[in-house]
Amino acid sequence: MARVASAVFSRLVIIIPYAWLLFFFLIPFFIVFRISLSQTAVAMPPYTPVFDLFGGLSGIMEKAREFSLDNYVWLTEDVLYFNAYVSSVIIAGISTVLTLMIAYPVAYGMAKAPKSIRPTLLMLVILPFWTSFLIRVYAWIAILKPEGLLNQFLMSINVIDQPLIILNTNWAIYIGIVYSYLPFMVLPIYSSLEKMDHTLTEAALDLGCTPFSAFWQVTFPLSLAGVVAGCLLVFIPAVGEFVIPDLLGGSETLMIGKTLWNEFNANRDWPVSSAVAMILLLILVIPIVFFQNAQAKADGEGR
Amino acid sequence: MGNWSRFNIASIVLGFGFLYLPIVLLVIFSFNESKLVTVWAGFSTKWYTQLWHNQALLDAAWVTIRVALISATCATVLGTLAALALVRYTRFRGRMLFSGMVYAPLVMPEVITGLSLLLLFVAIGLDRGFWTITLAHITFTMCFVAVVVQSRLLSFDQSIEEAALDLGATPVRTFFAITLPVIAPAVFSGWVLAFTLSLDDLVISSFTTGPGATTLPMKIYSQVRLGVTPEINAICTILIGIVAIGVIVASVVTKQREAQREKDERAAFAQ
Repeated sequence: MARVASAVFSRLVIIIPYAWLLFFFLIPFFIVFRISLSQTAVAMPPYTPVFDLFGGLSGIMEKAREFSLDNYVWLTEDVLYFNAYVSSVIIAGISTVLTLMIAYPVAYGMAKAPKSIRPTLLMLVILPFWTSFLIRVYAWIAILKPEGLLNQFLMSINVIDQPLIILNTNWAIYIGIVYSYLPFMVLPIYSSLEKMDHTLTEAALDLGCTPFSAFWQVTFPLSLAGVVAGCLLVFIPAVGEFVIPDLLGGSETLMIGKTLWNEFNANRDWPVSSAVAMILLLILVIPIVFFQNAQAKADGEGR
Repeated sequence: MGNWSRFNIASIVLGFGFLYLPIVLLVIFSFNESKLVTVWAGFSTKWYTQLWHNQALLDAAWVTIRVALISATCATVLGTLAALALVRYTRFRGRMLFSGMVYAPLVMPEVITGLSLLLLFVAIGLDRGFWTITLAHITFTMCFVAVVVQSRLLSFDQSIEEAALDLGATPVRTFFAITLPVIAPAVFSGWVLAFTLSLDDLVISSFTTGPGATTLPMKIYSQVRLGVTPEINAICTILIGIVAIGVIVASVVTKQREAQREKDERAAFAQ
């Protein structure tokens, strides 16, 4: 009796979340794929063919013949989409490098801090993550505007005499991404630096390494796992980012998340936005698999 | 542990300044007398009074809070189960796929998650509105809960559980009497995380919503597009205040529990 209950319990623990994710996470991708092969129609839902599960097998076969790769051909023909993909990857890449450059010294300083204040520092890094993403992006508009607080400050200390145009340029997007994703970079780097055996650095110094080369040859390689995890946590979502380019970027800024949003909400073209999403997923699938492997490995080490 | 050099202190101070300054400025300018958010014209709380009379905004806030309460609670149950499945059952068919489905939503761009969920809801003929937003939020927040709970489970001494099972407790009873109390702080912080993620979400809600269900971030977003006003700063300040209080309460509760547990353990050893 107890054994049966035990088996049922363990089954349920696995099956309930498994079924939920299959239904709400995996199956939707197949639907997106299917609709990306459909045609736009003035109807609700605005695409054709619409499958009728009760139409029988012959009905499904009939409609399957209406599928086409037209939307994908359309994406390759219109240079706008290609440019949007490329510039999303470039913007996300530059932002990831900038985030790393700012986050690493912070994480390093935290790992070197006295043990007693480390939990407080950690808390302070996590805290902004709890406040709204939208609010944090919004806060930068008032700072970066031509008549905004940054320009007022720089002009009052006579660094510049003309306001800098930052808002609605790519620089505003970089700042927005670096700011919003900074905690995601600091945390994994900090945790790999904190676990590090510091006698190794001391040994390198004793053996005549300069502090600089000790850092590059010992400390940095040992923190690489954290750096890789942090970069993926920033890069992947940044490629598909919508809110930041929409609020901080200019009208000529091309990012694929924004393109998809406009295609969907303004043009109401569901098949094309599905095709845009499929290609975006294709671009991100390699970094996502990489991230999952790194994550699974980290769990294995924790065991 | 090495020396905490001036460079280290400077990088921490600058880094934290960068993280907090925009939020501090936003809060300060919510009390601005002037309609401009960039020129200080004196202290005033008039924007807060104005909020109180903005019925559309209050309705949106109420929708958001209900969505967040329901979705965080369901996501906590599902996420805790997912964490248990990942940590306790290292071998079952399709485990690779399962762990992939738990980790992928953490980094998946929101536009993709939002679009795919919307197309699912349309395909199964679900009326879009309050409940579709809630289902969407459960799906993406449960993965964050799973990761938080999982890290606690990994450092959990499983022999206590085995002892309970050996002494004849059923697995269900063991879970509620032993496992759950130990992982409770992580489950609780998972709930708080899911709640704030749901409270915060704009993109996924916008895709999965229907007529009549407008959440606060959607309302804020449409106002921001019209221009920056102290009124939006005031809403944001209230939200930041709620989250800050929540996080502080959560961390105090967690600390007290941990301290209590350590005390109990020491008392148990002393006997």
